[in-house]
Amino acid sequence: MGYNLTNLAYLVTIMTFILALRFLSSPAHARRGNQIGAVGMLIAIAVTFAKSGLTSYWEIALGMLAGGGFGAVAARKVKMTAMPQMVALFNGVGGGAAALISLAELHRILPAPGTPKVDIGLAIVLSALIGSISFAGSMIAFAKLQELIGGRPITYAGQQFVNAALFLGCVAAGLALVAGVQQEWLLWALAGGAALFGILFVLPIGGADMPVVISLLNAFTGLAAAATGFELQNNVLIVSGMLVGASGTLLTMKMGQAMNRSITNVLFGAFGKVTAEAAAVASGAGGGTVRSANAEDVAVMLAYARKVVFVPGYGLAVAQAQHDVRALADILEAKGVEVTYAIHPVAGRMPGHMNVLLAEANVPYPQLIEMDDANPEFARTDVVVVVGANDVVNPDARANKGSPIYGMPILNVDEAQAVVVLKRSMNPGFAGIENPLFYNPKTVMLFGDAKASIVELIQDVKAL
Amino acid sequence: MSHNTLLVFEVTILVLAIFLGFEVISKVPAMLHTPLMSGTNAIHGIVIVGAMLVLGLGHKGPFTWVIGFIAVVLASANVVGGFVVTDRMLEMFKKREPAKPVDASQNGKGDV
Repeated sequence: MGYNLTNLAYLVTIMTFILALRFLSSPAHARRGNQIGAVGMLIAIAVTFAKSGLTSYWEIALGMLAGGGFGAVAARKVKMTAMPQMVALFNGVGGGAAALISLAELHRILPAPGTPKVDIGLAIVLSALIGSISFAGSMIAFAKLQELIGGRPITYAGQQFVNAALFLGCVAAGLALVAGVQQEWLLWALAGGAALFGILFVLPIGGADMPVVISLLNAFTGLAAAATGFELQNNVLIVSGMLVGASGTLLTMKMGQAMNRSITNVLFGAFGKVTAEAAAVASGAGGGTVRSANAEDVAVMLAYARKVVFVPGYGLAVAQAQHDVRALADILEAKGVEVTYAIHPVAGRMPGHMNVLLAEANVPYPQLIEMDDANPEFARTDVVVVVGANDVVNPDARANKGSPIYGMPILNVDEAQAVVVLKRSMNPGFAGIENPLFYNPKTVMLFGDAKASIVELIQDVKAL
Repeated sequence: MSHNTLLVFEVTILVLAIFLGFEVISKVPAMLHTPLMSGTNAIHGIVIVGAMLVLGLGHKGPFTWVIGFIAVVLASANVVGGFVVTDRMLEMFKKREPAKPVDASQNGKGDV
C-alpha cells in the first residue's frame, strides 16, 4: 500500500477514535462508540500490515496472538471491583511498548553519522522517558490496588531529593542524546532511570489518591505514543496519542478539583502521612456520642421513608455489596420509596468507579446522581444510607479549617432528616481523619461488614 | 516533503489534537469517567502500529527483533484488553431492565 493511501486509511482510524470519545457523552450510545473505535484500530493494524516493505509477518502475528490473548482473557475474567488495577495494567504495557519502540528506533538509526536529527532525537528521548515512567508507575499502581504491596503511602527521608536527582539525571542523559552524543547506552540508562523514578514516584501515593494517579499515567502513555509518532513520522500515532494525552490531562485536573487539591499536592504530598499529624487537630470537632442501631431499626426507617439516597464509597467495592444494595433498593421501590444514588466524583479508586459497580448490579443509570445535582436534594431526603464512604461525606470539609480535607466539595448528607452509616468499626478512613458526621445526632451507625448488613436489612424490610 | 516541512505539519496536527482532546472530553459526564479512562487507554494502544513498524520494517538483527517483538506483545495486550474491558463496562449501563415497569408512579407514596 502506498504512502498516501496508507495515510488516508489512518485518517479513517483517527475519525473513529474521535467518534468513540464523542459517543461517550451519553451512556445510551457510549458502547457503540467504543465498538467504532475498535473497528478503527483494526483498520490501522490491517493497513500497517499492508504497508510496502513490511516483513516479519509471522512474528508480528505471533506477538499479537500472545499479547492479545492475554489481554482478552484478563479483560474478560476481571471482576468489576478490580477494574482500576486492570486499567492500570493495560495502561502500563502500552507505556512499555512506547519506550521499547524508542530503544529499537535509536538502535536502527544510530550507525549513520549525524543521527538522530534533533527533533527525532527529542521524540526518542521523550517516549523513552515518559513511556518508562508510565510503565513502572502503572505496575506499582497495579500492585498497590491488587494489594500485592501495602496501599498506605511509603515515605522516607530525602525522598523528594532522591526523586529530583534521578529525574534530573534522566533529563541530562536525554539532553546529551539530543545534542548528538551517539551512545546507545545513554538511552538505556535513561529508560532504566525513568522506570526507577516511576516506581519511587507512585510508591508514596496513598490508595485513595489512585484515581488521580491512574488518570495521569493514562495521559502519560498517550503522550509517549504521540512521541513515537514523531520518531516514526506517523500521523495516526501523533493524533491518537495526543488525543489521549490531552483528555487524560483534563480528566486528571478535574479529579484534582473534585478533591480541592492541586495535582502537585496529590503527587508529592504523600497525603496519608501528612494528615496523620493534622488529624489530631481535626478530631477536636468530634468527641460526641455515637448512636449505634440494629438492622431492624434501620429497616423501619427505610421502609417508611418517602425518599432514600444511597451514598456508595470504596467500602462498597471491598465488600462487593453492589448487588445487595440494588436488591434492597428494589424492595424499597416496591414499597413506594423513591430511591436514588448520590455519587461523589472521587468515590472509589478510579474516577466513576461507583457508577460502573452499580451499573454492574443493573442499577438504571438515571438513578445515579452526580454531586452537583444530588446536593440540593438532601434537604428533602428522609434517609441517607452511607455504604463504605467516609471522607466524601465528612462535614469537616465544609466547616473545619483545621481538617486536612477542608475545602473539598462533599455530599452534604447531614442535610437529610436522618443518616445511616454502614461501617465496619469506628476506625477512621484511609487518612485517619475524624468524621463528625458519625457524632451527629441525626446519624445512626450500623456496624459490620457492608454486605452482611445490607443482606440483614433486606430480610428485615421484607419482614415488615 | 522535506524533513522540516513534514515536522511543521506534524506539529500542526499535534496542536489541533490537543484542542480536540480537551473539547471532546469536556462533554463526557462524570458517570462515564471510568469507561472514558479505559476507552482512551484502548486508544493509546495505537502504539501497536509503531511496534509493528519496528518489528517489521528493515532487517536489523536479533536485538531489534527481540525488542520489537516484546513491544508488539505489550501493545496488543493494551489494545485488546482496553477495548474488551471498556465494552464490558459500557454494556452494563442500562436505562431500565425491560422486565420492570417503565414508570413507577405510585399513588400511596409513604403510607406503606
